[in-house]
Amino acid sequence: MSTDHEPGRHRLYGRLDDPAADAGHVEHPPRVGFFTDTSVCIGCKACEVACKEWNLVPDDGMNLLGMSLDNSGMLGANTWRHVAFIEREAPLGGQVSGVEGMPTGASGVAHMEATVAAGLRDTERGGGELGTTTVDLGMPSLSLPGAATGAESRTDFSWLMMSDVCKHCTHAACLDVCPTGALFRTEFGTVVVQQDICNGCGYCVSGCPFGVIDRRPQDGRANKCTLCYDRLQDGLEPACAKACPTESIQFGPLDELRERAAARVEQLHERGVPEARLYGEDPDDGIGGSAAFFLLLDEPEVYGLPPDPIVASRDLVDMWRHAGAACAAFVTAAVAVFVAAGRR
Amino acid sequence: MGSNMAEAHPVGFQWVLEAKARGATVIHIDPRFTRTSALADVHVAIRAGSDIAFLGGVIKHVLDNELDFREYVVAYTNASFLLTDEYQDTEDLDGLFSGYEPESASYDPRSWRYRSADPAQHLGGFDAGEAKETGIGHQLGSGGPRLEGVTGDIAADPTLQDPRCVYQVLKRHFARYTPEMVEQVCGVPRAQFARVCEAWTRNSGRERTSAVVYAVGWTQHTTGAQNIRAASILQLLLGQIGRPGGGIMAMRGHASIQGSTDIPTLYNLLPGYLPMPSARTHTDLTSYVESVRADKQKGFWRNADAYLVSLLKEYWGDAATADNDYCFDYLPRIDGDHGTYRTAMDMVDGKVFGYFLLGQNPAVGSVNGRVQRLGLANLDWLVVRDLVMIESASFWKDGPEIETGEITPENCRTEVFFFPAASHVEKEGTFTNTQRMLQWRERAVEPKGDQRSDLWFMYHLGRRLRERLAASTDERDRPLLDLAWDYDAPGGEPSAEDVLRRVSGHDLTTGRLVDGYLELKADGSTSCGCWIYSGVFAGGLNHAARRTSRLDQDLYAHEWGWVWPYNRRILYNRASADPEGRPWSERKACVWWDASRAEWVGEDVPDFERSKPPDYVPPGDAVGPAALRGDDPFVMQADGKGWLFAPSGLVDGPLPTHYEPRESPVRNLLYGQQASPTRKDYARPDNPLNPVQSRVFPYILTTARLTEHHTAGGMSRHLPYLAELQPALTVEVSPELARERGLEHLGWAHVITSRTAVEARVLVTDRLVPLRVAGRVVHQVWMPYHWGNVGLVVGDVVNDLFGITAEPNVLIQESKVASCDVRPGRRPRGPELLEYVAAYRRRAAAEDPEHGEAAAT
Repeated sequence: MSTDHEPGRHRLYGRLDDPAADAGHVEHPPRVGFFTDTSVCIGCKACEVACKEWNLVPDDGMNLLGMSLDNSGMLGANTWRHVAFIEREAPLGGQVSGVEGMPTGASGVAHMEATVAAGLRDTERGGGELGTTTVDLGMPSLSLPGAATGAESRTDFSWLMMSDVCKHCTHAACLDVCPTGALFRTEFGTVVVQQDICNGCGYCVSGCPFGVIDRRPQDGRANKCTLCYDRLQDGLEPACAKACPTESIQFGPLDELRERAAARVEQLHERGVPEARLYGEDPDDGIGGSAAFFLLLDEPEVYGLPPDPIVASRDLVDMWRHAGAACAAFVTAAVAVFVAAGRR
Repeated sequence: MGSNMAEAHPVGFQWVLEAKARGATVIHIDPRFTRTSALADVHVAIRAGSDIAFLGGVIKHVLDNELDFREYVVAYTNASFLLTDEYQDTEDLDGLFSGYEPESASYDPRSWRYRSADPAQHLGGFDAGEAKETGIGHQLGSGGPRLEGVTGDIAADPTLQDPRCVYQVLKRHFARYTPEMVEQVCGVPRAQFARVCEAWTRNSGRERTSAVVYAVGWTQHTTGAQNIRAASILQLLLGQIGRPGGGIMAMRGHASIQGSTDIPTLYNLLPGYLPMPSARTHTDLTSYVESVRADKQKGFWRNADAYLVSLLKEYWGDAATADNDYCFDYLPRIDGDHGTYRTAMDMVDGKVFGYFLLGQNPAVGSVNGRVQRLGLANLDWLVVRDLVMIESASFWKDGPEIETGEITPENCRTEVFFFPAASHVEKEGTFTNTQRMLQWRERAVEPKGDQRSDLWFMYHLGRRLRERLAASTDERDRPLLDLAWDYDAPGGEPSAEDVLRRVSGHDLTTGRLVDGYLELKADGSTSCGCWIYSGVFAGGLNHAARRTSRLDQDLYAHEWGWVWPYNRRILYNRASADPEGRPWSERKACVWWDASRAEWVGEDVPDFERSKPPDYVPPGDAVGPAALRGDDPFVMQADGKGWLFAPSGLVDGPLPTHYEPRESPVRNLLYGQQASPTRKDYARPDNPLNPVQSRVFPYILTTARLTEHHTAGGMSRHLPYLAELQPALTVEVSPELARERGLEHLGWAHVITSRTAVEARVLVTDRLVPLRVAGRVVHQVWMPYHWGNVGLVVGDVVNDLFGITAEPNVLIQESKVASCDVRPGRRPRGPELLEYVAAYRRRAAAEDPEHGEAAAT
């Protein structure tokens, strides 16, 4: 094992500045990633389309999800970029929504979310069981719009959009738990699946703290964003970043992106957007920081992101240690039994 | 306003965000909270079809508080010009201007002239009725309207105090557009309106400029042209035309829509906005030229004869001579309305036998789709060229009228010829964007199979027709046989560069490519396919193909593509300098007079005669460009000034006036006149209209695009990666309307008008809010219009809901606002649908208090 970790830490958890070197890439290019600035995302979904075009990802079915303008729902085997749309009753810093003074009633957001959540719950994914069979998500709910909310009239509105993607974690549980070596760490520090090696066991699916990786219903193999590994090798930026018209998706060396992101947060704070915060950029978080990190305008949960993701394999070493100790105890006990028996 | 730029023009919207990042305030005024609003600083919800009331309110705010850029206004606009005593305003006539002729529902604009103009000569042989029939507004795409007797001094009051000066007329005209009225008419609370007024005016003037962006949310109304006129007045008052960061930007419908009016696919235009000759008045070249431009006028439009003769020389080459009027008689003539809707109705009526559809899907994209499809089904032949099999090619076997029994495939007489077309990546050529910029495209891949470029199709169609007729002695075949149809076509594929060379123009005496339209002559010694594009191939270089990086060139990137005219990036940029020729401010410097070099210089190509000094005063007998003063920046206008008041050129009045949409839920609160008095109605049984203030159709319907789809869907509904992103037709309603009508998120609903009922899945969203209009709550309903019955994702045709009512200047349909009802559940099917809608019409006729035409006038 490498020796550059802090005491009490190990290679599956904690700060790790150079995951590519850790994976054995002796000479390698700088670690790269995405900084997705959701404050300039216009929800055009060009990233979703460009990703599929370049990576030959099949369509995900013609299903109306109806979560605002989002019909992709979530990241999956056939959706490597996903643009989330969040309608909120709340105001956004620095913005005037135009709801003020209008003859409004109660908000419909809760009705929309409840209706769509019911559909999403029924969406099968490739983790627990094979296949992401498409379902008609259009069941009308029993409650009428606004019936569930307490407020009599809505007074504000804002609409958040965010292009989500595989985080390419510093500590990637999907990679750690993969029994076949199909998942590997590239020289760019990214995490990539090799479908020709994947045996479809699905451990990676349950290992991912973000619900990113998924098995493709067509062949049962795991799929996710490669950060366009083939393009990187040719010196090109990933397809999604290339297609993004507003530079919401920025690609580059991780160090530069982190600097840029910090400056952007500061700028937004100065301009009266106190909600701006970064997500996933902290190398000391539960996954050692992610190569794809985000500027958000609300709590992570609002975007469907876990607030404090922790790599599933964090406790693996301890578990083995405990297991080893347990084994040793059993062996000792067994020997003791025989010894004791021999004394008879 | 009138634009959902982030969704419909996402690539262009990056520059709005760039401006925002540099500190600009972005205001979005739109019926819905859209993806554009989500990125804006301020969103204002407005009632669809009330834009002039809103803009009129801002104009009043500017005038009342004297916030106009006075030096600019006095020097560069017609604010000080005096009108005659004959002119009567909507203030005097309860919503009409002087000159209204009820029989033809049109205006005689003679009383709108300047006081010093000769009434007999003001408009030449103008015929109000004909002007309205032929969409004359299109002809003003580059040159200003004809105006006689404006070369010398025009009676004016530079103090702007004379009650008959344009400034004072403007003040009176907009006096009733108060914040209270804006609130009542538009549904915009006063505090929100005040916020917009304050932001707009604060960011305007000597040091700062604001830009306006619009799209079909402004144009597709019975007041379409006047919506933009209202913005023009504001931008002129605030001194923001011809200056960097100012102006009014039209977001065009798709790639090269600008190009398709510059070199038009419109029935009433020749290239460069030269009018198509009239059968009634244009008997020869002289009568045509005299009616297109005036004799005693200023500016470059006076040289229209040179532009036309050069065009004729390009069309007919050596056959065009001075003796035969350069083949002027070969040009087709128009004798009325031959617009797309008139033609569709003529098809229904059996007056049209053949039809070409090139890259257009009217069965989905045009309003009253039923009339479109029934028209297509009543032809001898129909040619459709498209990327995929679209609804307009397959209507005869799978259109909605099959289900209702109105079309039966066995009996449909139309023979349809479908030609697969090459896409934009499979052919070379130019796109012209909203900035008038021509950008050359290379062919990226070869077209597959039988797919061919439009150039190929047209060139070979012409070649084959000419071969068929080669032996003809019939006079009527001469125009075709005499055409200079000799383009370079290596391997059978015509060279787009060769076409562009001819568009740019040649000096026929030397064979040299001309540098620009200043070289064009009316004596047959030059040829030019489109005078405003003249110079795009100057020096033998394809300027449209230039791609110098912005990092390696000047501030305005003049070596990226080519902008008409003369590669000027900002039109009328003489106005960026003060009357003495100095920039209004260092911050907003663009072009200025360099006295030491005795010429105009600056960041942009000056839109002015280069060596004409700012204090130049022309001799009394000068005409055309020579008659322009040194401080006449609007060089295409007959008087050299920006028009706050339009003494000619508009069919529906010299000033924008709020009229209600044809199908409005409310009375016009501003005037007795309810709807546009000059709008073009097509009253016929297959085009029924909803009553005004209908209780049966109480809601407002408006439509737009989604980012994920493209117009009528031919380029998106057939692609899985786009179709999956918006897989179903939806109708967006507010939670308040959902409660009122019992609509549930993702449940079915159908929207009903007098034309049909269309079903869709419901999106209940806070992005729509109810408005308080005229003292009551009004709901707006929104639908995207991309769906049809062919493709990976299918749905009802939303444009079927709209009736045909046209704007009088350019004959654009009112498709951004109608009245409707919304009900939960799916619509009836088959013949029951026809009966269901008929029952609605009967109910509206019986229950609605004010029915029919009378209520709308």
